Amino acid sequence: MRGMLGEYLPIALLAGLALLFAVGSLAASALLRPSRPTPAKLAPYECGIEPVRLPAGERFSVRFYLVAMLFIIFDVEVIFLFPWAVAFRELGLFGLVEMAVFLALVLVAYVYVWRGGGLDWSAEGPRPRATHERAREVVRAG
Amino acid sequence: MDLLDWALLLGRVAVVFAGLLVTVMLLIWMERKVIADMQTRMGPMRAGPRGVLITLADGIKLFFKEGIVPAEADRPVYLIAPVIAMLPAFLAFAVIPFGTSVTLFGREVPFQLADPSIGILWVLAMASLGVYGIVLAGWSSGSNYPLLGAVRSSAQIISYEIGMSLALVAVLMYSGSLRLSEIVEAQARVWNVIPQFPAFVVYLIAGLAETNRPPFDLPEAESELVAGFHTEYSGIRFALFYLGEYVNTVTVASVAVTLFLGGWRGPAPDVLPWVWPLLWFLAKVLAVVYGYVWVRATLPRIRFDRLMAFGWKVLIPFGLVWVLLTGAIVVLPDVYGRGPVVAGAAVVFGALVLASVAAPLLRPRPAAEVGR
Repeated sequence: MRGMLGEYLPIALLAGLALLFAVGSLAASALLRPSRPTPAKLAPYECGIEPVRLPAGERFSVRFYLVAMLFIIFDVEVIFLFPWAVAFRELGLFGLVEMAVFLALVLVAYVYVWRGGGLDWSAEGPRPRATHERAREVVRAG
Repeated sequence: MDLLDWALLLGRVAVVFAGLLVTVMLLIWMERKVIADMQTRMGPMRAGPRGVLITLADGIKLFFKEGIVPAEADRPVYLIAPVIAMLPAFLAFAVIPFGTSVTLFGREVPFQLADPSIGILWVLAMASLGVYGIVLAGWSSGSNYPLLGAVRSSAQIISYEIGMSLALVAVLMYSGSLRLSEIVEAQARVWNVIPQFPAFVVYLIAGLAETNRPPFDLPEAESELVAGFHTEYSGIRFALFYLGEYVNTVTVASVAVTLFLGGWRGPAPDVLPWVWPLLWFLAKVLAVVYGYVWVRATLPRIRFDRLMAFGWKVLIPFGLVWVLLTGAIVVLPDVYGRGPVVAGAAVVFGALVLASVAAPLLRPRPAAEVGR
């Protein structure tokens, strides 16, 4: 059991135990607790008015999608940092300079997003404009 | 592996699991007591001496409460979401070294469930998986407030995860390993909190946001979102969310202790050599959690746009600069020798101070002032 997978055996056992605990307590509770549903009880929560779903079901601010996309970019960047951080004493000055160049390139994208309003959440002040609009303006201005 | 090995392994897993449950139980009691004290109240007093069994009483109450599935809910996802939220919290703790080891029946039993070579990455991965439970819970409830709470929560958690990862990278550069036991080993001389203090602060702040704790408890902001993603959950299902959240708090505090505060290290007398590291670890975790409770009692909840702005515009650039600075501090003395690097740093620092003093003097005075 001293292999790669042997290392994860205790984790698998813990996962099993936690799953057993969760499912067991859910099942035991389901057997023991009362169940007296009424239409009002089963209605979605709302404070004093008839519950209405958000427009067209599951739609929400586009900013959340923007955050998700930015997250992918920066999280991948950080994942690149992990192997570098582990090995960087051996890589020495070369590794440091190379990572500085990489981070500088990402920083350009970061500044671009920031200037384009991609990081602004507030509805107050200047409305965040699409980054490409901003870019078009810059190009037009020469 | 013979029978004894299996028995010890199973015993270890069971002890860690039960230990986490008891820790969470006491932690919730402690939090309520400390907050009550800070607000000059008594806090829970009835169940057990000084109310220590209050969490158990709450758990039993929730266990016998009716479990409501809203009419509009996506039933299978709604039922499975609490389990998905709870599991990763326990799994993340599995790689934390909470002591040295003890010899039982002639076998060495380490105080750490597993020590994989990807240690920290495992913790980060499990922390990210926890988001699924929240998103699925909010989405499947078929209700407005949980949905809004869930998208907010996911945006918050993924935003602060970047800052947190950057803080961890800076620590890795010192230890040169992802394995948590080796990171503790590397802190034999000096705890990482001293050379890596900025990373420690970034980690603590991001940890608050990752666990949805005040002042970053926007996903459950009761003044606007009722109870956020778990609005429609009741009874034992709600209890599972609550449990997962507090196990997460314990894990975040344990990672802070392991990476920055020297793990289980501390001065110890020669009697019972295995017990002291365990106590040191518990004491340090308690100290970090106490800090989190203190923050909760002190700071008001911050607005969502400011939360996102702080994560993206402050923590991330700060983390990036700190990673590069750490790299320079570690590598440059090896290449050029210590003296020239210190001299160079002094020159750069002096230039910065000079520039910050000189810049306001050189700036042309505003017209209104000139005319006066």
